Amino acid sequence: MGQCQCECRPGTPANDLSLLDPILEKYKDVPGSLITVLQQTQGIYGYLPKDAIAAIAQALDLKIAKIMGVISFYAQFRLAPNGKYLLMMCQGTACHVNGSEKVLEALTDELGIKPGETTEDGLFTLESVACLGCCSIGPEMMIQTSGESKVYGHLTTKSVRDIIRQIRRDHGGALK
Amino acid sequence: MRVTVGMGSCGIGAGALRAWDALEASFSRLGLDQKVERVGCNGMCFDEPIVEVISDSGHFYYGNVDEKIAERIASEHVKDGNPVEEYLISASDMDFLRRQTRVALCNCGSIDPEKIDEYIGSDGYAALRKCLTEMTPEQVIGEIKASGLRGRGGAGFPTWRKWDAARSSPGKTKYIICNADEGDPGAFMDRSLLEGDPNAVIEGMAIAGYAIGSGHGIFYVRAEYPLAIKRLETAIEQARLRGFIGSNILGTGFDFDLSIKAGAGAFVCGEETALIASLEGERGMPRLKPPFPAEKGYWQEPTNINNVETYGNISWIIRNGGAAFAAMGTEASKGTKVFALAGKVKKSGLVEVPMGMTIRQIIYDIGGGIKGDRDIKGVQMGGPSGGCIPKHLLDTPVDYESISKAGAIMGSGGMIVMDEDTCMVDMARFFLDFTQKESCGKCVHCRIGTKRMLEILNRIVAGEGREGDMELLEDLGRGIIAGSLCGLGQSAPNPALSTLKQFPEEYRAHIYDKKCPAHKCRPLLTYMIDENKCVGCLACVKKCPVNAITGEVRKPQHIDPEICVRCGSCEAACRFDAVLVD
Repeated sequence: MGQCQCECRPGTPANDLSLLDPILEKYKDVPGSLITVLQQTQGIYGYLPKDAIAAIAQALDLKIAKIMGVISFYAQFRLAPNGKYLLMMCQGTACHVNGSEKVLEALTDELGIKPGETTEDGLFTLESVACLGCCSIGPEMMIQTSGESKVYGHLTTKSVRDIIRQIRRDHGGALK
Repeated sequence: MRVTVGMGSCGIGAGALRAWDALEASFSRLGLDQKVERVGCNGMCFDEPIVEVISDSGHFYYGNVDEKIAERIASEHVKDGNPVEEYLISASDMDFLRRQTRVALCNCGSIDPEKIDEYIGSDGYAALRKCLTEMTPEQVIGEIKASGLRGRGGAGFPTWRKWDAARSSPGKTKYIICNADEGDPGAFMDRSLLEGDPNAVIEGMAIAGYAIGSGHGIFYVRAEYPLAIKRLETAIEQARLRGFIGSNILGTGFDFDLSIKAGAGAFVCGEETALIASLEGERGMPRLKPPFPAEKGYWQEPTNINNVETYGNISWIIRNGGAAFAAMGTEASKGTKVFALAGKVKKSGLVEVPMGMTIRQIIYDIGGGIKGDRDIKGVQMGGPSGGCIPKHLLDTPVDYESISKAGAIMGSGGMIVMDEDTCMVDMARFFLDFTQKESCGKCVHCRIGTKRMLEILNRIVAGEGREGDMELLEDLGRGIIAGSLCGLGQSAPNPALSTLKQFPEEYRAHIYDKKCPAHKCRPLLTYMIDENKCVGCLACVKKCPVNAITGEVRKPQHIDPEICVRCGSCEAACRFDAVLVD
């Protein structure tokens, strides 16, 4: 494999674009399937690499600018790789009323990153999301890793730190 | 005997899988041939994980089940037949369920959402059969008209009228869309219904398809609801295998198939024209109405869009008759409505009650009152598009008109309870922060006006409020309502306008006295030490991150307000209630 052409993370191998072929083949003649194609592409690579976007543009006969317009409109799409664990900290109304802001503060402090950022070791990406819909167990957070998602409820400033430290321990990382 | 575990996202988040595993392990250890069954969430989210044991002597509910309790349920109740009294959900907690009337949620918590046979076993698909074999499309629409059902997603438009318009619009292909883009942060009835009884929604959509003459249905589901999407996929596949959807349904020649599209995270896509744009693969930006989707919707064809809960009511109405549904509720708002009760309420969860019950009854009789028996300040209804109903209007009945009159909206049924510790200026700021981020940017007033309102509110909670800010907020709010195309912009100022109207004294306290009465806005707080109570133990001194507390041992301490960062550590550390917050 050659070197990655995009600037997301220098040194990572180039993306295997052949993985896209079945998706492009399936949807290239289905009108209105751009969002589905982008979602499935993100499902493969964990984000939307520039070369994949170019391939989609060609297959669906769309301008890259048009695709970027759609990507930037929706919160779900990412242009840079995620950490291994995606932490989605709910900031919905019920969680807010029950103190989710303080929990998010503890989380940013523990991780040393702000929402939207990824830790240097590539282990965690932190996102603050509007609502996960489990309002009665708030403050809550969803952690996604390798396609699995798990909801953690009744969070406190202490329990989120414990969750993060446990994951770090599982990966042999040093405690902060 | 049946043993079930509530396995909604909320139950799983609370530890239902651990309870499940412990039950199975105990059964096998005890040599019992007893299965554990999966059911949806019964709405008693406050007691999750919930295990129900159903035997000849009745239904027994256990709440907050951990591994230990699961083992005891297995050995004492399932094996020996003696309910474990100390862990049964108390009678007063069971009132939460008993005081409800369940139509849309009638199967949630009692059937396995991943087994279509259980849905069929509780009269599932009987309504579709009745429509296809005994009723004309006009009669179906007539039955929905008789029920008085109005849209459960927000505006409360009569459902039959939407169906009728889509039916009479000329078009070669018509579409049925289910709006499952539950965007109100704090509402979760659609998630719970899709996770707990997906077939009911599918059946409702198929009936709508028959009524308007459509063969294509599409679910538009939030991407944040992976479990709902998974259960829908399972249900659609099973329904197709059984011939309830697909071609030549039940041998009647009616064709109707369903697909799912996952949303990509945009609140504005709850607006129907934006939702259609998103389904077509575009940026989810609303367009001017008319033409309404019933005339020109998905791919410019007649399209009927209803919310999850609306479709969830359809099969019940067909089975029991429109008149039975209309017998519940009020003159203008018929039937039942599901509310997502959350916030500072003791028992939070899903509540389905006849329209016309008062907000007070829902919060106190069903929800058990306020956490810690504190004083209620108000209830936010309708989420970021709604408003706050203050304490003195708690006897407002829940119906579309009364709630609007009280200054909020029914919306999708989110009910966030706020107590005296909730700062209303902060809540307005919270909602504006949300709508400002979610504005699609098409209309100038919405795009820039919400940003300006947010800046003012941010200033006020930071203690930099100025004379004239309240008037400016009102003026901007009115401008945004007048100058925005869609429901998002037209309602974005509501939380600010409603709190300005109901709680002006809180705004004044922030702006003029530089105080936050709820002690929530940190820059406005002053921490002091009560010299009469302080014993000089230095517990607070050790906790203070900025060394703002000084004094001698065994003598009252002093906090330097210039150094203090208002983190509250001293208050948490003090065992003598000597730290005062103003």
